[in-house]
Amino acid sequence: MTALHQLTLAEIHQGLAQKDFSSREITQHLLDRIRSLDKTYNCFITLDKKGALEAADAADSLLAKGSEGALLGVPFAHKDIFCTNGIRTSCGSKMLDNFVPPYDATVVAKLKNQGVVMLGKTNMDEFAMGSSNETSFYGAVKNPWDTNRVPGGSSGGSAAAIAARLTPAATGTDTGGSIRQPAALCGITGLKPTYGRVSRYGMIAFASSLDQGGPMARTAEDAAILLNAMAGYDNKDSTCTDIPVPDYTAELTQPLKGLRIGLPREYFDERLNEDMAQTVHCALAELEKLGATLIDVDLPNSALSVPAYYVIAPAEASSNLSRFDGVRYGYRCNDPKDLEDLYTRTRSEGFGDEVKRRILIGTYALSAGYYDAYYRKAQQIRRLINQDFVSAFEQVDIIAGPTSPSPAFKFGSKNNDPVSMYLEDIYTIAVNLAGLPGMSIPAGIVDKMPVGLQLVGNYFAEAKLLNVAHQYQTVTDWHKASPID
Amino acid sequence: MQWETVIGLEVHVQLSTQSKIFSGSSIAFGAEPNTQANAVDLAMPGTLPVANEQAFHKAIMFGLAIDAAIEKKSAFERKNYFYPDLPKGYQTTQLEKPIVGPGHIDIEVGENSTVKRIRIHHAHLEEDAGKSLHEDFHGMSGIDLNRAGTPLIEIVSEPDMSSSEEAIKFLKKVHGIVTYLGISDGDMSQGSLRCDANVSVRPVGEKKLGTRAEIKNLNSFRFIEKAIHIEVARQIELIEDGGTVVQETRLYDSEKNETRSMRSKEEANDYRYFPCPDLLPVVIEDSVIEALRKKIPELPEAKLQRFQSEYALSYYDASLLTELRSVADYFETTTKTCADAKLSANWIIGDLSAFLNKQGIPIEHSPVSANQLADLITRIKDQTISGKIAKQVFEAMCNGEGSADEIIESKGLKQLSDGGAIEAMVDDVIAKSAAQVEQYQAAEPDKQKKLLGYFVGQVMKASKGKANPGQVNKILAEKLAK
Amino acid sequence: MSITPDEIIATAKLAKLQVDDKDISEVTERISAILELVDQMQAIDTSEIQPMANVLDAVQYLRPDTIVEPDNKILRRDQFQQIAPATDEGLYLVPKVIE
Repeated sequence: MTALHQLTLAEIHQGLAQKDFSSREITQHLLDRIRSLDKTYNCFITLDKKGALEAADAADSLLAKGSEGALLGVPFAHKDIFCTNGIRTSCGSKMLDNFVPPYDATVVAKLKNQGVVMLGKTNMDEFAMGSSNETSFYGAVKNPWDTNRVPGGSSGGSAAAIAARLTPAATGTDTGGSIRQPAALCGITGLKPTYGRVSRYGMIAFASSLDQGGPMARTAEDAAILLNAMAGYDNKDSTCTDIPVPDYTAELTQPLKGLRIGLPREYFDERLNEDMAQTVHCALAELEKLGATLIDVDLPNSALSVPAYYVIAPAEASSNLSRFDGVRYGYRCNDPKDLEDLYTRTRSEGFGDEVKRRILIGTYALSAGYYDAYYRKAQQIRRLINQDFVSAFEQVDIIAGPTSPSPAFKFGSKNNDPVSMYLEDIYTIAVNLAGLPGMSIPAGIVDKMPVGLQLVGNYFAEAKLLNVAHQYQTVTDWHKASPID
Repeated sequence: MQWETVIGLEVHVQLSTQSKIFSGSSIAFGAEPNTQANAVDLAMPGTLPVANEQAFHKAIMFGLAIDAAIEKKSAFERKNYFYPDLPKGYQTTQLEKPIVGPGHIDIEVGENSTVKRIRIHHAHLEEDAGKSLHEDFHGMSGIDLNRAGTPLIEIVSEPDMSSSEEAIKFLKKVHGIVTYLGISDGDMSQGSLRCDANVSVRPVGEKKLGTRAEIKNLNSFRFIEKAIHIEVARQIELIEDGGTVVQETRLYDSEKNETRSMRSKEEANDYRYFPCPDLLPVVIEDSVIEALRKKIPELPEAKLQRFQSEYALSYYDASLLTELRSVADYFETTTKTCADAKLSANWIIGDLSAFLNKQGIPIEHSPVSANQLADLITRIKDQTISGKIAKQVFEAMCNGEGSADEIIESKGLKQLSDGGAIEAMVDDVIAKSAAQVEQYQAAEPDKQKKLLGYFVGQVMKASKGKANPGQVNKILAEKLAK
Repeated sequence: MSITPDEIIATAKLAKLQVDDKDISEVTERISAILELVDQMQAIDTSEIQPMANVLDAVQYLRPDTIVEPDNKILRRDQFQQIAPATDEGLYLVPKVIE
């Protein structure tokens, strides 16, 4: 029999239903694994052993009574950006090191209602600002494929935990690539839904107009099962869209015959290293074999996505992070001598360097005299980028390309050069600016490290993305490659 | 040099919704500190705003009442600054597309009550801040966020007023409109209506505006008047002494009756406005605007005209009665029941107002209802009691001793109209007043009128005020003529 | 557009952040590099383009005006204030606010 930690969500569900093992058994097994292995990987910031075992027992008694549900009793982890009632939610920051929210994020509540067993909260770049997990107050997460390399970020803890078989699946959030890029670098499957598909309530805001939560798992099928539970309208989030949620598992096995896949010329230029390009082309050839047609498309403004993003995201963040002032919760400096001192020292001591840097950029971009040149300009560029995708989707059903320009890099190689770090997200950022759904699936190995194929869909076409990804995963094994026994 | 004052007002009006503008917390006044502050109001991480429909509807009603254009697609911006009573570190407000566009409010100025039009630049929706309590908490200030998120409209006028009197008149108009519309309780003592004044001076005849100072914290009509006076005097003195006015925010200190610079506010006035990404543009359908238009009641302006024409009231009486919708409603109910507008007006403006003012209670909570007052007036009209006795009955009614009829009955205050009984009392008085009778009969007819008062007084005294004064006069005149 | 150390200090003041003297040149250098990247936007003429705030051009859902509150508001306040740095008598405490 396959070891419990190697099972996918779908397999765990089946095993529980068939009484092959109990929820408590698999939960305890994973908690034991985390205890022995996570000293190395540092995937978790907070574990909830007691809560997990209680939830597992509750699930077992429901299962015994014949309850079903694809997620009932299934172990799981939340990125530490989602507020969890009674469980510390740090957002990877010293600022919230002591923050125990008395409420659940909508996504957390929805998954809880499905009977998910939460093991703990995963490590992340501080306030989701980073592409390597090196900005976490709790130390960087190590890539299970090579512990000298980064896991990607900001959802690096979730991605690495899934790759290291510490949890079968987890939540992530994606503002500029934070689900897809770590998924690619750790060799797992990650989906960023359409902006507005998943509620942002209780998900600590980085850049409100870009942030979107989504599932991270080992397979497209698992991602579909999770998205079924996560997606949907929430009257607590004004930006959440009120359109019906389809069953994302229903169309997984649709044949790909006639599928038109767009390849943006801009994503295959000289910036993409040759091995990466070759791997991506191999993956595309598989899709062709499944009946898809490859068509070149243009996204002429894609080079502007990183510049526009580094105005919009920091500007929104500078405002979103103003609430961390040491008054109502979180870190507060010792013995403030006056109000100004309270604010300045609390924020200077509580935030890390990258967060402070982005707050400064955002504050500067919004300050008097610069608004039009920066923020307004960036929102105009955003429309151009959006229009590029709208035109492309007139010719093709999905767009495909690399998720990142290279495989996982070594620790310390980019964190002294923010600009090169920012360019790590060159293929993912435009998707956030346009609000489209995007996925990364394992598509090969370069330099002994996994690399991802990115699939981008039209608005609310998550089912189509999952269908393509699933079909690819039925004919390839990259998603089964494991860095660990 | 002759100076001219230029004033523009920014009036903040708390809207009388049930819940806050972006959360489901109650906005009721006076709750225990921070018990009406939920996760959204406290700006807990990850929480998000959802806009209140009624806040928009109430703002739109105000716009319709001042003849303003309603913005069909309005949006929210964030105004970023740090302050302990501002939990998110920004105020959610409207800048580019406020819900209410340009409009106007007319005031009457001068002795002839000439109409002067004050232009409204716009009115926008925003959230109120919490409160900093400065009592000493171990050398710290205490923050109560119950008020944070209360919906406000900020009404921004053009600099069209030229005296504190005009500013007060304008503010009273605003107060009348919002209370008539029922979109605010307008209670200044609880901060439901607050005002900042932009004040500048310029030589008479000069077209260009002088540099203005913004005076904050004006929370009563009296303070607004005093603050403007003192600020105008300060600016004129400054300029005449060779100085220049600095554009700044000044705080009115009512205890010292002075305005002083708020430098702390000045330092951080780069508010970095940008569109709030957590809120989407609000689209208002024409059908909604039309439905709200139908809900607009008769406004103070129109009511003032009608009271003069329909009830033949003086401008003065009508304006007193229409200042508050509650008073106007009270008047109309009283009048309808007793069918005497003049008496109703007199009683409401006179005894009732005096009593309510003394007790400090609003007319809505008057112990004497409009119908009860009407019953009292009816008893004066049907001569059951005299006007003088009515005052005594009214006092008892105010003390909760019962209805007019019950009090008249239990105290035996019914007017004596029995001719025989009055005649007997008259005879008795005449018999006891030989000297006065002699004097009366010797007097010229026009003097007699005056002397008759003595006899009337004596008879009224004998009847304990209950004798019908008309009959007493008539019988006395007859008997003394003999 | 490059940024000067003075502008960094002024911006930090607005953001209530402190930049130590020893770090100022490095911070300035890094932020200048980022602004240089950002300035690639300026090459494009966008004068005719409407800024895009929401990708779906969606409109705001308005909430009915109803009060949603727990039965025990004091208990809820106490829960919230348990995680607060300093409170007294139900109030959040801060160094004296001077107007």
